[in-house]
Amino acid sequence: MSNLAVLPIIIPLISAIILIFFHRKVKLSRVLTKLFSLISLGTAGYITWYVLENGTIILNTGDWIAPYGIILVMDGLAAILVLTTNVIATACAFYAPYAGLEKREIYYFYPFFFFLITGVSGAFITGDLFNLFVFFEVLLMASYGLIVLGGGKVQLRESLKYLLINLFSSMLFVTAVAFLYAVVGTVNMAQIAERVQEVEQQGIITTIGILLFFVFATKAALFPLYYWLPKSYIVPNPVISALFGALLTKVGIYSILRTFSLIFIHKTDLTHDMFIWIAGLSMIFGVIGALSTSNIKLIIAYNIIPAIGFIILGIGVLNPDGISGSIYYLIHDMIIKTALFLLVGVIASVAGTSDLRKMGGLIHYYPSLGWLLFLSGAVLAGLPPFSGFIGKLLLLKGAFEEGEIAIVIIGLLTSLLILYSIVKIFINGFWGDKEAMTHIEKKPINGLLTPIVSLLALSVLLGVGAELFYPHIESIATYLLDPEIYIDSVLKE
Amino acid sequence: MYKYKTNDLILRTTTSLIAFILLGFAVYLLLAGHNSPGGGFVGGLMTSGAILLMNMAYGFETVKKVLPINFVKLIPIGLAVAAATGAGSFLFKQPFLSHTFGYFHIPIFGEVELATAMLFDIGVYLTVVGVMMTIILTIANDKD
Repeated sequence: MSNLAVLPIIIPLISAIILIFFHRKVKLSRVLTKLFSLISLGTAGYITWYVLENGTIILNTGDWIAPYGIILVMDGLAAILVLTTNVIATACAFYAPYAGLEKREIYYFYPFFFFLITGVSGAFITGDLFNLFVFFEVLLMASYGLIVLGGGKVQLRESLKYLLINLFSSMLFVTAVAFLYAVVGTVNMAQIAERVQEVEQQGIITTIGILLFFVFATKAALFPLYYWLPKSYIVPNPVISALFGALLTKVGIYSILRTFSLIFIHKTDLTHDMFIWIAGLSMIFGVIGALSTSNIKLIIAYNIIPAIGFIILGIGVLNPDGISGSIYYLIHDMIIKTALFLLVGVIASVAGTSDLRKMGGLIHYYPSLGWLLFLSGAVLAGLPPFSGFIGKLLLLKGAFEEGEIAIVIIGLLTSLLILYSIVKIFINGFWGDKEAMTHIEKKPINGLLTPIVSLLALSVLLGVGAELFYPHIESIATYLLDPEIYIDSVLKE
Repeated sequence: MYKYKTNDLILRTTTSLIAFILLGFAVYLLLAGHNSPGGGFVGGLMTSGAILLMNMAYGFETVKKVLPINFVKLIPIGLAVAAATGAGSFLFKQPFLSHTFGYFHIPIFGEVELATAMLFDIGVYLTVVGVMMTIILTIANDKD
């Protein structure tokens, strides 16, 4: 039944509504959160299976056929991203009770959490540009609530910056949609694509495309527009940082992937070549940021930027290898960033500081924590058996096919430096004398480690079992490279 | 602050009258939304305007006694009504958010067209009232 496509939006929405009623009953909220996130995960899993078996699900909401109504398009890409979102949400739901949120949980933490998932899922599924804007606002509103939750002084300062930059880019989004509507006369993405194709993307449409790119680049933290991200992502609780780091920037990059593989594809020498340069600069500046600091949370936050650079590289080269590399890397990065944010949250909590210079010898107290960090560093940098490797390999292969040698070299060097930035945490934080951290008292961390271990296991599986996943991702990439399939499935079913 | 107690007789008397008219107009706007300007959003704003006027004239404690409503709870109730209207179409094997309507004979009013879009509007109305009153009362009752 076509209503399957709306379930990833409606289940978290209803969960959030129910949890508002029980916001004072923390224990009940925790149980319900775990339950609802598992239900949502199960549904997303079933939908993904259904989409991969039977093809795209198109839902005309309110029974108004496209392009007149709002349509939800659950294609392969949307389905696997919704599934990944739900995996991350479940991990965070199981981490949250131990994350040291005690006094904040009653102030609607769990409802905000589910509203965030609603917004993210909605943004992945929608087939309408203005609806995409609305879901962006849903997830941003929830993130405003989450980033300021607790009301510390630093949080207040950083949330103000975060709010202002996002408000500005949202206004730019509305303006860009208004321009596009004035030119093509529709906001349905399939119909926009069809009409842009008819006029062969004249000058004004390319301008609007670049305007939209700037909007999404601000949300996704690409090279010149990433300055707001690192500091504002480290101020909230680790579980909130993990949600932000895994989901918010990825919605921006997904929007770029969608619009620039569907709508603005006729002037690639201008737009997509720009992406390749921006990709290179994002990698360089992001990794410089990660190396410049000794705050472990900031190191992970800066590592988001080169990852976004890698993904946009694949969109820039726009060939089957590049796009499938982008998708593979996107999924890999969502999972591993969650694991890393949660992991540094645990490290900062047991060490009592997030400054590397004040740490040392943690491996004597928490061996499992140390090896988990080492493993996730290897996964992040893309060492061969793990998932980062396959994504990067495909991306670099795609760039090589297009003759972009410079970017391949930058990509390889960046990977090395990313590995160095994580190993730096491992060497300075975990190696060393047992006496360096005598003041710490051993805390039970098993509850915190379970979600992290599950995420890492999934990440390793994604790398080792690449033969299982790669055919699906390859077929999604070929589907994305032929916008006719999308347009036909939406408009002429 | 005033050292003496003010006597807001004129304000309070006119408020009793005006708030009543405002509330009536809010209900009119809510119901008229389908065929003329109006709807849940503006109806909700008008209702919160009326409650705010009472709040200014009589003080928070009195209004709480007259309207013993937890406005924060109105938000999830409104959202639930709207979500349930959308998801209600699942029961009839229709796409999400499908609306329907029918003609009913109601005493006094006669033949009336009732649409399920109305239920969605009521959800919006409740949410707007809840949000507006939560914002205003949270700021107004800030003691620090």
